[in-house]
Amino acid sequence: MSRARFIPLIVFALIVVAVAWRLAVPRDDRVASRLEGQQLPSFALPPALLGKSGLRSGDLAQGTPRLLNIFASWCVPCAAEAPALMELMRRGVAIDAIAIRDRPEDVAVFLAQHGDPFTRIGSDAGSRVQIALGSSGVPETFVIDGRGVIRAQHIGPIMPQDVAGILMALEDAK
Amino acid sequence: MIAEAGLAALWLAAALAALQLGLALGIGGAQGKAIASIRGVAVAQGMLSLAAFVALIILFVRTDLSVLLVAENSHANKPWLYRFAGTWGNHEGSMLLWVSVLAIAGAVVALFERRLDERSLSATLAAQAALALGFFAFLLFASNPFARLNPAPLEGRGLNPLLQDPGLAFHPPTLYFGYVGLSVAFSLAVGALVTRQVGPALARAMRPWVLGAWVLLTLGITAGSYWAYYELGWGGWWFWDPVENASLMPWLAATALLHSLNVMAARGGLRAWTMMLALVAFSMSMVGTFLVRSGILTSVHAFAVDPTRGSFILVLLTLYIGAALALFALRIGHVKEGTPFDPVSREGALVANNLFLSVILGIVLVGTLYPLIAEAVTGEKLSVGPPYFNATAGPLALILAALMMIGPQLRWRQDRAAIVPRLAPGVVIAIATLVATFLLAPDITLLARLGLALGAGLVPASLAPLLGRSLRRTPLAIWGMCIAHAGVAVALIGMACDSAFTREKLTTALPGEQVGVGPWVVEMRTISPVAGPNWTALEAELRASRGGGVSILRPQSRFFTEPVTTTSEAAIETVWNGQLYAVLGAQDVATGRWQIRLWWKPFVTLIWLGGVLIALGGLFALIGRWWRGYRTRRRLSEAGS
Repeated sequence: MSRARFIPLIVFALIVVAVAWRLAVPRDDRVASRLEGQQLPSFALPPALLGKSGLRSGDLAQGTPRLLNIFASWCVPCAAEAPALMELMRRGVAIDAIAIRDRPEDVAVFLAQHGDPFTRIGSDAGSRVQIALGSSGVPETFVIDGRGVIRAQHIGPIMPQDVAGILMALEDAK
Repeated sequence: MIAEAGLAALWLAAALAALQLGLALGIGGAQGKAIASIRGVAVAQGMLSLAAFVALIILFVRTDLSVLLVAENSHANKPWLYRFAGTWGNHEGSMLLWVSVLAIAGAVVALFERRLDERSLSATLAAQAALALGFFAFLLFASNPFARLNPAPLEGRGLNPLLQDPGLAFHPPTLYFGYVGLSVAFSLAVGALVTRQVGPALARAMRPWVLGAWVLLTLGITAGSYWAYYELGWGGWWFWDPVENASLMPWLAATALLHSLNVMAARGGLRAWTMMLALVAFSMSMVGTFLVRSGILTSVHAFAVDPTRGSFILVLLTLYIGAALALFALRIGHVKEGTPFDPVSREGALVANNLFLSVILGIVLVGTLYPLIAEAVTGEKLSVGPPYFNATAGPLALILAALMMIGPQLRWRQDRAAIVPRLAPGVVIAIATLVATFLLAPDITLLARLGLALGAGLVPASLAPLLGRSLRRTPLAIWGMCIAHAGVAVALIGMACDSAFTREKLTTALPGEQVGVGPWVVEMRTISPVAGPNWTALEAELRASRGGGVSILRPQSRFFTEPVTTTSEAAIETVWNGQLYAVLGAQDVATGRWQIRLWWKPFVTLIWLGGVLIALGGLFALIGRWWRGYRTRRRLSEAGS
């Protein structure tokens, strides 16, 4: 009993330290990809629908910065960001996409409804490439520079107020 | 005017708490001599806190938008009940409720506690005043509920639609009354440690508070679990969410405390354990409430972190809990232990109960705080979910259930008589059930199988202490114990059935199509719009049948405008042997098909029925103890006159 009686006090002190740390370092729920600043993993995906080309990692390293959008036809926030992607395309941004766990007919309906800003769309039926990219959900958008290096990552839908930031990131990647 | 009056009452109450602390510490006269004035001050402090809370209720019911808190959390279009309940549906209001209950509990102790000597009582009231004072300061300096907003807006912002539910309106107050009831046990323990008067009289003074708090916590957790079950539309009844854990941890500590208090009151034993548990139970209430309320732990219930409030609360908790645990460490060496006992005895069984409950408490605490600690140490973000909790707490809970079959049937101090005949009925039924599950349901998990067997055996074992007694003359407290233990058995059977036999179907359907789940055939009839007081919804009409009768289920997908939110209202059909649970999802844009999710959950209702039985048992024990005490006092006074 002589030493044991101090145990509760010590356990409590540890809890206090942990909580104090949390107050000093506010929580950041963003799960950022560890690949930011690194070369894209190499991949080659088949086309996600007829009449469109598939996507290889080499397609993203052709001298000019591009966006890589991770989306799915079954994802509601992806529909929400569609207008912002169309706006980026109108401003001359090249966008490639990877459709996650999707079917060609569903992708076709999605693009018919929300517009098609994509140059190429690869189909990632098993989410393998998504995981290799360090992406934790849909939609996500990566800014890739001309040498195929991931320069920035946007998690969640791109809303109208995010467009300017994306354009700046593309400018920085030049 | 009402807001200013409320604020004034709050300031006065805080001043009285300071005065109470000063008087009890011996300022203005010898320590313990001032007990009459301390009593008066404690009562006045309780009344003023209540007045402040009533003022806030009035502001919310009238939707006085010139008060910032009301404008941010209420809306004139809300039904009356939710304007009323909105008072505590936000940070400041719930803190005011917390402090008011704390002050009122102090007043009740001051008025009615006659079992303790005056020094211990005044030390207890000093502790209670110190607790109240800190939280008054927190309200006045960091969370003023009465702050004005100028100019007043035309419309308020509304209450989170998930919270617009009659069950939830009364769920937080029930838990708060439970938490704060434990504050009295905390203050009594602190008082007794200060004056070194740790003995059976203290246990008897503490018991009604712990019993009452435990009944309310049990009801609160049961209601919260049912709310999550039908309102969130996920079909589960417990998610090991930090908020749920925050209410479970004080309950585990209070359950252990309740049992060790009985040893201390009856035999004078387990004094150190009991003091520790009394401190831990309320500490867990504070830690749980504030960690969650301040948003330090991630949760579906999380509020935004406000660094000022977070630091304020951390300082308060460190002071209170740290001081109490330090006092425990310094004083507990001087506390005498009671009469010794054999390992095989009622005391021995209750020690085992305490150990297992404390280990489960430790497991839940580690699992809840682990993400925070891991991120602090390694920077890695992770979350701890059901797989950890089920795999660790589950088996321990089953061992505890097995011990429950034995413990209540043992005698105090030592039990040398043959134990086997007393245990036979429960053990035979448990083994028979186990064999039956192997034959009838070969595919279920081991945990569910053992849960069914132990639950079935625990029903007769819980009622065994009533055997051979005259039922009419059996003390109400014994009845209470048997009912509560049988309630655990019933809940255990419900949990095991839910985990073993639930059938789930996630599919899409068009009106006119049929879906099968378990023994049910569900036909989707129509999808139609409906409107409520402050929402509109799409409602599906589902026609469910299994052989005979037909029932209609109407799950809804609701859209609230203030604030803009969508919630799904599950439709639940309760039959004698379970519930059919239906959720309406979104419409598939391409095909026009509607997502529906169906569950058939046999005997799931037993989970909450068990919870209610546990609380009922506690209530019986509370009434029984009170009645005995009242009768004894009356006899003594009659003998005296």
